[in-house]
Amino acid sequence: MRRLQHIEKDYTKESAERVRIGDTVRVHLRIREGEKERVQVFQGVIIRRRGGGVGETFTVRKYSYGVGVERIFPVHSPRVENIEVVRSGRVRRAKLYYLRKLRGKAARLKEV
Amino acid sequence: MSAVILGKKKGTTQIFDEDGNRVPVTVIEAGPCVVTQKMTPAKHKYSAVQVGFEKIPARKVNQPGMGLFKSLDLAPMRYLREIRMSPEEAEAHKVGDEITVSVFTAGEKIDVMATSKGCGFQGVVKRYHQKGNTATRGTHEVRRHPGSIGMCQFPGRIFKGTRLPGQMGNKRVTTQNLRLVKIDEERNLLLVRGAVPGGINSLVVVRTAIKTH
Repeated sequence: MRRLQHIEKDYTKESAERVRIGDTVRVHLRIREGEKERVQVFQGVIIRRRGGGVGETFTVRKYSYGVGVERIFPVHSPRVENIEVVRSGRVRRAKLYYLRKLRGKAARLKEV
Repeated sequence: MSAVILGKKKGTTQIFDEDGNRVPVTVIEAGPCVVTQKMTPAKHKYSAVQVGFEKIPARKVNQPGMGLFKSLDLAPMRYLREIRMSPEEAEAHKVGDEITVSVFTAGEKIDVMATSKGCGFQGVVKRYHQKGNTATRGTHEVRRHPGSIGMCQFPGRIFKGTRLPGQMGNKRVTTQNLRLVKIDEERNLLLVRGAVPGGINSLVVVRTAIKTH
């Protein structure tokens, strides 16, 4: 058994299981600006999931104004409000680093 | 007041604070402990509080050890440690008092003392993070050596404290002013921000920070 599981349990979300490599997702992120709080959405493909327990993170890659942008989110972060799965891609690797070299049509993933 | 408790390091993980920031924490399972003795200036020439931790079966304690527990009518314990404090501070502790994690409050600054992980006899590169020598260009047998350690016929000796190879770790280390992030009274846990000396399941002494600014 993982050490300290009983402590980490207080900080983990059960819904986190849905995040899968190759999925196109919309990550709803709570952002605080001074007093106000708003939700920002980051949409892209999940290219990596790493770590375990509360420390687990996933990386979302998107193309924005001609520039590749990657953002790493902690799976269990309370700031990540919701992860919406837009499309599920069929992939044969655990880490989709090869997408970084591709763009446009070549960077598409077949849907499951 | 100066609070003190003994515990065991249980490992490190991370938690999220109210703002959703990740906080690296070390989990310490601490107490319940018992104040077993008090060292007084009058009798012992110094002032300290002796604390016992972790109950063990009586067969594991030798007879001289049993004497103390019998006189106090307590269950035998594995660890007894003295923590130095001034007589005024020691006044708050009475022999037989139980100490649990609730003597601390979340957010408080604490010091953690433990025996660091033993690394054996190590050279200067690992022990003091010296750079070593160039790996190529004719370097012969001095790749990880300390380099120059002194001067000439004057002073004709190596200064004390010069960094040389030797035993690394397995030494008492105090980490000061760590922030106590969370207390779990039900499970006797202290969650401390950052790293704490020692390996998993090693004994640690936690006390209120003495150098608070």
